[in-house]
Amino acid sequence: MESRKLYAIGALFNDPNKLVKLAKKIVEQGYKNWDVHSSFPIHGLPKIMRLKWSPLGYVALILGLTGTTFGLFLTWWTMSVDYPLIIGGKPWFSFPAFVPVLFELTVLLASVGTAIVMLFIIFKFPNNRHPLHDTDYLKKVSSDNCGLIIEAKDKKFNYDEIKSLFSQFEPDSIIDIYYQEEETSYKPKVFDWKFIVFLIVVAILTSAIGYLFNNVILYLPPFDFMMNQHKLNPQEASTFFNDGFGMRKPVPGTVARGEAFYPFKGKPDEAGTKLINPLLPSKENLELGKSKYNTFCSPCHGWRGEGDSRLNGQFPNPPSLHSEKVRNWSDGRIYHVIVEGQNIMPSYSKQLTEKERWAIVLYIRALQRSLNAKQEDVQ
Amino acid sequence: MNQIDYTIEPQIIEGNPTQSQVNDAIAKPLETKPTWKYYLALGISVSMLLTGAICLGYTFYYGLGLWGINQPIGWAFDIVNFVFWVGIGHAGTLISAILFLFRQKWRTGIARFAEAMTIFAVMTAGLFPLIHTGRPWLDGYLFPLPNQHHLWVNFTSPLIWDVFAVSTYLTVSFVFWYIGLIPDLAILRDRTKSKVKKIIYSIFSLGWRHSNTHWHHYEMIYLVLAGFATPLVLSVHTIVSFDFAVSILPGWHTTIFPPYFVAGAVFSGFAMVQNVLIVIRKIFDLEHIITLDILEKMNKVMLATGMMVGYAYGMEFFIAWYSGNPLESFVFINRAFGNYAWAYWIMVSCNVIFTQLFWIKKIRRSIIPMFIIGVLVNVGMWFERFVIVVTTTSRDFLPTSWDYFKPTLYDIGILIGSFGLFFTLVILFIRALPVVSISEVKAILPNSQPKHH
Ligand code: HEC
Repeated sequence: MESRKLYAIGALFNDPNKLVKLAKKIVEQGYKNWDVHSSFPIHGLPKIMRLKWSPLGYVALILGLTGTTFGLFLTWWTMSVDYPLIIGGKPWFSFPAFVPVLFELTVLLASVGTAIVMLFIIFKFPNNRHPLHDTDYLKKVSSDNCGLIIEAKDKKFNYDEIKSLFSQFEPDSIIDIYYQEEETSYKPKVFDWKFIVFLIVVAILTSAIGYLFNNVILYLPPFDFMMNQHKLNPQEASTFFNDGFGMRKPVPGTVARGEAFYPFKGKPDEAGTKLINPLLPSKENLELGKSKYNTFCSPCHGWRGEGDSRLNGQFPNPPSLHSEKVRNWSDGRIYHVIVEGQNIMPSYSKQLTEKERWAIVLYIRALQRSLNAKQEDVQ
Repeated sequence: MNQIDYTIEPQIIEGNPTQSQVNDAIAKPLETKPTWKYYLALGISVSMLLTGAICLGYTFYYGLGLWGINQPIGWAFDIVNFVFWVGIGHAGTLISAILFLFRQKWRTGIARFAEAMTIFAVMTAGLFPLIHTGRPWLDGYLFPLPNQHHLWVNFTSPLIWDVFAVSTYLTVSFVFWYIGLIPDLAILRDRTKSKVKKIIYSIFSLGWRHSNTHWHHYEMIYLVLAGFATPLVLSVHTIVSFDFAVSILPGWHTTIFPPYFVAGAVFSGFAMVQNVLIVIRKIFDLEHIITLDILEKMNKVMLATGMMVGYAYGMEFFIAWYSGNPLESFVFINRAFGNYAWAYWIMVSCNVIFTQLFWIKKIRRSIIPMFIIGVLVNVGMWFERFVIVVTTTSRDFLPTSWDYFKPTLYDIGILIGSFGLFFTLVILFIRALPVVSISEVKAILPNSQPKHH
């Protein structure tokens, strides 16, 4: 015959009844590689052709459940783990409110995924190089006929036998279908330069679009409006007040709410005798005293009150709080120094409440005792 | 396989054409040069589209202040148009999926077209939520994209459900439509003589070769997709109605909304499909495929859904009274007799009263009256959404802030533009792709299926 390679022999019918009869006969004779073509589904043929039940239903089920699971994870993680927000007083994971989204994701994944599985995995589409394309056979099928082919690769394939079998069923025509030249010689080449260029272009395009989308179109300036408000933070300079201080002092002659008037102004000794520490050296009070001492006193007096200032000589070092003198002072006398200051040490009455001052006194006592423990403390 | 007996069912396609005649008839609009009428129609719809585009451009530049919305009426034309167009889309899925599941063979003539309309209508609808955010370039944040602010969308909000519902609906409708198109594209590929067209058809038909092993899976996926599209279409308008029903405003906060919205959607969608089909079958001589019987059946569906809508109107009033909630009853009395009474009565007369004419067989089967009723239904359904959205907010809880919404030129321009967009897409579609599914029509031709097997 010709040098072209035979792909199959096809029979075209106008009458579907004849085709169905032929199909039954072919199944009986045990051909394997054969197919029926028609431009619409012919009812009952899958059964005659002994096709397996289509798995697409299960594919859809699995993909749908994947969608649900993904949706469940997404809603749960975003709404109750990554950025929990209470909305309408509902629990973080308020399942009923997520149902619509879960449903939509289920349907989305199931239908799109099933379509992709069918077209690209089961049918192996896109495939425009199939030998049937561009043949008279397929064109006739597209317009008027339905047809049946037996492929040459079938084990039982015998050209003359099949021809005579076909003609028994009075087809409108019998056609030999050959491979086209390029179809037999075609080999997919991964390293074809066209393909590589295509891949590069796709890579550049997707990254450019991704960059544009995320960093340009969707760009929002950082949400720093809580940080940068029109107000002065502690220690900041003010251009508004004449003295240039952002932090303001209390109005002279006033007492803060909840605080008492200090009656021993300029009378340290009287304060020393008349004032009594109202706090007990409980753990709580000592903790409070420690934290306040560390904040307000330790920069000058040192962490343990030894006069080892951390101010590097910018301010004269104060004397140790472990001196005889201070150890013998009454609580009230130390308290007085905190309230009034002493010589170059400024007053801390504005920064500390009464309770905090007394707590500091307790803490100083504890410090003193730790360095000059008496015999009975050891026990 | 137990098959429906085709000998008993009445003929769906008139005139008993052969298979290649079906090919010719359906492919004709794609293969012949269009007449001046086609260009006229295209010109009109493109100018409408441009009007909308200009108004939209201004809105983007100057902001939403150009629209008539203000306190307390924050939603108006944007949301009305959105709900309206989503509703139009519903008829397509109903015809292609639900009627498919019910094995209604008469749907074949109109399914493809209705599906395409679904896609175009949902595209048009999708535009409105996007533009009504005010800063449409930031709309990417409507989706849960990981971002540098660590913010996620609020999944408990009906507005986010909407985002998911509408985008899923669009995607699934598109997949459904495209799967249906593949065999037809293959038929066109094998027909065409032009080289360029052949390449295009080859690409999009993906190499379909009418194999019955493929048809076997194909029928399965069609069933699966129809099975998913059916609850999907119901969910979409349900979720759209949640935008209102989940809020706590009187007149919106009602449980009847989901079914009522779905019925209304099918109602207006059928009216739109019917209108456009009447025009198309006339222009392209498809009277024997899109038959009068089909149109009559559509009119019956409209009659039924129209009465469901009417029932919902009545029930809303009943519940407003029966619940004993003074705010609720105020809203409904205000709807019927208040500042927007004119809109309310347009709605009632178009949707409930005029459709009753479809009881008369003669009107159901004559083209001009049913066309007019179809138009009226769409007008009525547009006003239904207007009444729901605007009357409630115009009379809010604080009488000092009561207001009267008046659309600006920009509102109206964008409304016109949405019709322009929709019809432009429809008109282009008619010339680009087969408006009737060739393979489905062929499958129900009298001699195409074997008698016994
Ligand atoms: C700015 C540095 C500074 C800070 C802060 C400071 N002091 Fe002083 N303090 C001094 C100086 C300097 C003296 C010595 C003053 C003098 O010359 O009499 C002093 C003296 C004292 C004395 C008297 C010691 C003595 O031997 O006469 C006591 C008690 C005292 N401070 C307690 C405190 C307490 C309690 C605090 C925390 C509320 C505190 N100081 C915070 C610098 C500071």
